[in-house]
Amino acid sequence: MSELPTPDLLYSDVEEDLRASVRDLLTDQASPAALLARVETAEPYDLKLWKTLAADLGAAGLMVPEELGGHGASARETAVVLEELGRSVAPVPFLGSAVLATSALLAAGGSVAAELLPRLAAGELTGALAVPLSTAPGAAFPATVSVNGDGTLSGRAGTVVDASVAELLVVPATGPDGPGLYAVEASAAQVTELVSLDLTRRVADVELDHAAARLVVSGAAAQAALDTALTTAAGLLASEQTGLTEWALTTTVTYLKARYQFGRPVGGFQSLKHRLANLYTDLVNARATARYAADALAGGFDVPIAVAVAQARVAPIAVHAVEEAIQLHGGIGMTWEHPAHLFLKRAKSDELAFGTPGRHRARLADLVDLPA
Amino acid sequence: MTPDDLRAQVAGFLAAHDPKTTERLEFLRARYDAGLAWVHFPEGLGGQGAARALQPVVDRAFAAAGAPDNDPRRIGIGLGMAAPTILAFGTEEQRTRFLRPLWTGEEVWCQLFSEPGAGSDLAALATRAVRDGDDWVVTGQKVWTSGAHNSQWAILVTRTDPDVPKHQGMTYFMCDMTAPGVEVRPLRQITGEAEFNEVFLTGVRIPDSQRLGAVGEGWKVAQTTLMNERVAIGGNALPREGGLIGMVSKTWRERPELRTPELRDRLVQHWVEAESLRLAASRLRQQLTAGAPGPEGSAMKVAFSELNQKLTGLEIELLGEEGLRYDDWTLRRPEKVDFLGREAGYRYLRAKGNSIEGGTSEVLRNIISERVLGLPSEPRVDKDVAWKDLPR
Repeated sequence: MSELPTPDLLYSDVEEDLRASVRDLLTDQASPAALLARVETAEPYDLKLWKTLAADLGAAGLMVPEELGGHGASARETAVVLEELGRSVAPVPFLGSAVLATSALLAAGGSVAAELLPRLAAGELTGALAVPLSTAPGAAFPATVSVNGDGTLSGRAGTVVDASVAELLVVPATGPDGPGLYAVEASAAQVTELVSLDLTRRVADVELDHAAARLVVSGAAAQAALDTALTTAAGLLASEQTGLTEWALTTTVTYLKARYQFGRPVGGFQSLKHRLANLYTDLVNARATARYAADALAGGFDVPIAVAVAQARVAPIAVHAVEEAIQLHGGIGMTWEHPAHLFLKRAKSDELAFGTPGRHRARLADLVDLPA
Repeated sequence: MTPDDLRAQVAGFLAAHDPKTTERLEFLRARYDAGLAWVHFPEGLGGQGAARALQPVVDRAFAAAGAPDNDPRRIGIGLGMAAPTILAFGTEEQRTRFLRPLWTGEEVWCQLFSEPGAGSDLAALATRAVRDGDDWVVTGQKVWTSGAHNSQWAILVTRTDPDVPKHQGMTYFMCDMTAPGVEVRPLRQITGEAEFNEVFLTGVRIPDSQRLGAVGEGWKVAQTTLMNERVAIGGNALPREGGLIGMVSKTWRERPELRTPELRDRLVQHWVEAESLRLAASRLRQQLTAGAPGPEGSAMKVAFSELNQKLTGLEIELLGEEGLRYDDWTLRRPEKVDFLGREAGYRYLRAKGNSIEGGTSEVLRNIISERVLGLPSEPRVDKDVAWKDLPR
């Protein structure tokens, strides 16, 4: 194993300040009761909250350089925002827009990206990357959308995250010159919202029928830009999953201190204490692993391994933590009125997003030379 | 104090003490006197009050120059547990007398804590110390004492007042292992070797000048030792694939005939866990360096024990026919635990101790749930009862 740079696995003061602002906003605007009231309405996403988060707090432009209207921060700061979004399952299109579409355009470069990125960074424009949410880094370039002779796009992309509220679609499509990434106005496409397993993060089918499109980047660079976006999203998702884990642990601890059975707090029973201690141990591991992925993405070192390890390790921890939270809440954990189900739906969907843990393990095995 | 300052000091020291021509012990003593032994210790006691995190800088610089080290694994108990306790509770005379030969390895230390009736419930211990003039007379039995057969000194917890509740009646000493009445018997383990001992103390006289901390405050002193024990287990920074996972991965790469898809998936899962744990340990060290010690230490030990046990179990399965054999059952008296120097069967069996020694995983989970998560403590039926009245 070659020598790696020493990672910074802690949070800087600036990151902690950012966390505090995001947490304040979400505590105020995305309480569990408000989320539950919203999920079955015609407006499942809170676009007012999204504007505040993206524009006023500047969260959408963290990874965008200053010359393109962003904050010139990095994946580390973006990861902190995702931790908080995981702790609150706030219904905002941060993943699709600020992570996926933004990373794809940043990696693509060129004049179209340079025109669109400042608007994404400022929160004026919400974007989505037109690939299935389950697409893993390293997957083959999608072949479901083709470029027509007149430069328009036709085809379909299923289960696209955040597409139903996006104004801009970044679409991978295959033309006579090979793969390309294209910018399409959502109004030129037919976007059909699906019933999503995750009530606070929506998926939609995108149909394109001779949709007007602008080429962002073509050839191997398009393929690389798509892969960078998927890799960045997979690595940063581990921070959201860490936030979910933290929510599950702290909420369950609070509940078990307050809930009395057999004449004493349920949290005093050793069998339950040990399960919570195990969750804490998992959280310690998840946090370090997710921080490493964010630091690796920010520093541009060891990225493929860091991301594969993060998704292989942290995704199952988050699912297990929320499953434990539901079990340890007893009957109330199964009810619609308790928010635990929102977190379970998010954790399980996240486990599939950008490749399952098994898929990341298989990729890792190749990366670190553990052959079949 | 910066890493560069320390590297310059080491360079200066090496210029004055050429490791090729200086006798080993003389070299180590001089290194101690130069404040380059454990840099976070005070001046005059082998250090210079620098950050603990700078120690690896010094160790690496000496190692790169081919200098002898103090064989830290052989004297691990002295370095990890006795030394911080002596530093925290010792008098000036005690610190000066004991710390230098401890660090150079001239005097090896062991830890007389556990007893047949006091393991996880250490405060239940029964070894009596009775005052007699300037001395204390100690009688009792200790167990699980690693390295007692090689040790000159021991840190020892005793009961000095059986009439008060158990935590209040204890007193802490430094015990001369060559004193009359100290008898060390090998305790043969699951691996076939005797790394541990039983220690019988029969009328052992310990001068009051070898007491650490006040009479009756032994529990408080012992807590310092135990906290440092868990920090010590957190251990050194390993590179990726350091330790056991590296050994099994190497076997996997070199022996394609052993591979099955099922073993591969388990191996990759363990690889991921090992990497994650390595990062968590590294994050914990960064927190310590930044002066914000996290309570993660206990969690790290729980996770580390479980991974070692799973991984050493997998290694035996992977080896197939070879896994049915063992390297050597001969009774041996090792100076240190050598996980990587023996074969798979030894590792599998020795790893069983990882979740017991230094606090069982069950006790550590209680610590995490109570001290970190703030959950209610276990019912304490022994809390206000005099030690002599406790059922046992």
